[in-house]
Amino acid sequence: MNIELRLAWRNLWRHKKRTWITVAAMVFSNVLLVLMLSLQLGSYQMMIDNALGLFSGQIQIQHQDYLENPKFRDDIVHPQGLVNTLKQATDLETISSRGVTFALVSSASRSYGVQVVGVEPQSEPLVSTIPGLIIEGRYLQASSSKQNEDPVAEVVLGKVLARNLKVGLGDELTLLGSGRDGSFAAGVATVVGIFNSSLPALDRTMIQLPLDYFQHLFASENRASYVVLNTPTPLELTQLNATIAELLAQQRPDESLQVRDWDALQPGIRQAIQADLSSAAFMYGVLILLVAFSVMNTQLMSVLERTREFGTMMALGLKPWRLVKLIFLETTMMATLGMLLGAILGAMLTQYYHVVGFYYPGMEEMAAKFNLPERFYPDVTWFATFIGPIFVMIASIIAAIYPALKIRKLDPISAMRAV
Amino acid sequence: MIKVTCRKLRKTFVQGETQIKGLDDVSLSIEKGEFVCLSGPSGSGKTTLLNALGGLHTPDEGTIEIDGDVISQMGASELADLRLRRIGFVFQSYNLIPVLSAQENVEFVMQIQGVDSQERDQRAKAILKEVGLEGMETRLPAELSGGQQQRVAVARALVSEPALILADEPTANLDSATAENLMQLLENLNRKHQVTLVLATHDTRIMGFARRQIRMQDGKIISDEISSGSQHALRGGDPLTASHQEQDF
Ligand SMILES: Nc1ncnc2c1ncn2[C@@H]1O[C@H](COP(=O)(O)OP(=O)(O)OP(=O)(O)O)[C@@H](O)[C@H]1O
Ligand SMILES: [Mg+2]
Repeated sequence: MNIELRLAWRNLWRHKKRTWITVAAMVFSNVLLVLMLSLQLGSYQMMIDNALGLFSGQIQIQHQDYLENPKFRDDIVHPQGLVNTLKQATDLETISSRGVTFALVSSASRSYGVQVVGVEPQSEPLVSTIPGLIIEGRYLQASSSKQNEDPVAEVVLGKVLARNLKVGLGDELTLLGSGRDGSFAAGVATVVGIFNSSLPALDRTMIQLPLDYFQHLFASENRASYVVLNTPTPLELTQLNATIAELLAQQRPDESLQVRDWDALQPGIRQAIQADLSSAAFMYGVLILLVAFSVMNTQLMSVLERTREFGTMMALGLKPWRLVKLIFLETTMMATLGMLLGAILGAMLTQYYHVVGFYYPGMEEMAAKFNLPERFYPDVTWFATFIGPIFVMIASIIAAIYPALKIRKLDPISAMRAV
Repeated sequence: MIKVTCRKLRKTFVQGETQIKGLDDVSLSIEKGEFVCLSGPSGSGKTTLLNALGGLHTPDEGTIEIDGDVISQMGASELADLRLRRIGFVFQSYNLIPVLSAQENVEFVMQIQGVDSQERDQRAKAILKEVGLEGMETRLPAELSGGQQQRVAVARALVSEPALILADEPTANLDSATAENLMQLLENLNRKHQVTLVLATHDTRIMGFARRQIRMQDGKIISDEISSGSQHALRGGDPLTASHQEQDF
């Protein structure tokens, strides 16, 4: 074995207790870092999943003016073709198109202005959680594929709206509005389901019907207002955005289509994440600094008490840089131990909360704002498990610089005379 | 096989108000293959001189040449190499490395020299046997007696076969028999391999092994004699050890 390695290893266990205390400081902060970061990332993911997963989706492809001013005319021609190319290019199945407009909806007793959303019953459940939130009846069904048959005129609506309109399953609703071409649009559809999204804005103002019926009703055949796309990794969208943008530029250069990610669709989310991250980063920094000082202290003590033998080694002809190397080796060994133990324990603790769920005190406000459940289930990820411990390790090794510099000042004779 | 020359060495230690003359105008020339014994009362400057010869002390004045190279002109790294490759040190207070076993301590110098492990092992075992420590290879310094530690320290200095051995009280903690064995070992090296030996000691029993006697006092050389007679001065000499010697010879 290499002499520095052997010395480093033996020296670590020369003061077992001290080494373990230092390692324990690393492990403790590493566990804390892993857990907190996992919880944070988990809560962001959840915020995104819930806030976006409910309806808006993580990415939308729209006409460039649609975000600012959603006009019926700023839509997408032949959306099915676009959906198919997107599926091919991104390898994702979670893509669906929608038509959106406003209309007056009337029951036997009342009328309200509502947002009318035409969805593809088959793929809508892949981009929105509303189909899963039906509390009465069922969600929309895909119309039979037979040609020349009139699309099925059925509708689902929010719980509050159903109550306001005093309608139940099987009741008929009359829709009045204007078609894409400005023509008069009117139709009658049967209520087949009622959803409860827990988001009052949606429950009070939205009805959904099959996209083909929507197109038929509002004279917008073969058109959609936008295409929705969901990805399992909403925190890493840059690459996907670029792919889609390129695709749009190639295939639909003349249609002024734009990729809008969740950041553009719901700007509040990123702000909330950033505010949360930067306040946490400060705390993480303090934690890492504390560990670094503990390592520095340990290594300083360790260098001082070995002055004599370091002097001997230098007198025998060992060059000081090899002793410097020794200090860094020792620190690296300790830090590696701290990193591995910390990462493993941290991941285990995270996994525990992944199973039983975690309640974030003080999250209620954010929970309410972004439609989050109060308990959530962090995932164990490589990133959250290792990024903190790696920083601790780097900080520890940096902290060894000062003790190591002490060695360069040693002169063998006075070092050997030291007690 | 190394020639050491020093001229007008002066080394003064400042301790608070007082100045201590560690070396006071020391000039000395040691030929290749010489066996020199430094003696003198405690504090007379023996250790200081050995350290200066080994390039550990930079003298305040004067020059030291080892085989023609002026060591005060060498950089720290060059000096380290000189010590590593050519000089074997036996320190007055053994200075073993506490986390390494007896054998690992002996191998230490060879290891930094880059000797391969098999050869290291062989040579370390052999020298430990010669100094009478067979079977104690795996003991840590803390598990050895003072005399045993001293022998490990000697073994460490000898094992890499340096050209110059600077030994500071190498027998201070040894009984006569062991001391004599050790001296014979050193003498052997000196004779067979022409290793230059400089040895500081209070021990009258072993002074006789050296052909040249240098006495120091207050940092000065007060006498420098080449003894013509038998090296085994202790045979006829010291009455305290005489009876013991009878058994051995
Ligand atoms: N680093 C130092 N700082 C201060 N004084 C020193 C130092 N090294 C040696 N001295 C002094 O220099 C003088 C010579 O010391 P040295 O160690 O050479 O004596 P010595 O002959 O080896 O003595 P001993 O036989 O006791 O080992 C002593 O008075 C000692 O106190
Ligand atoms: Mg001395």
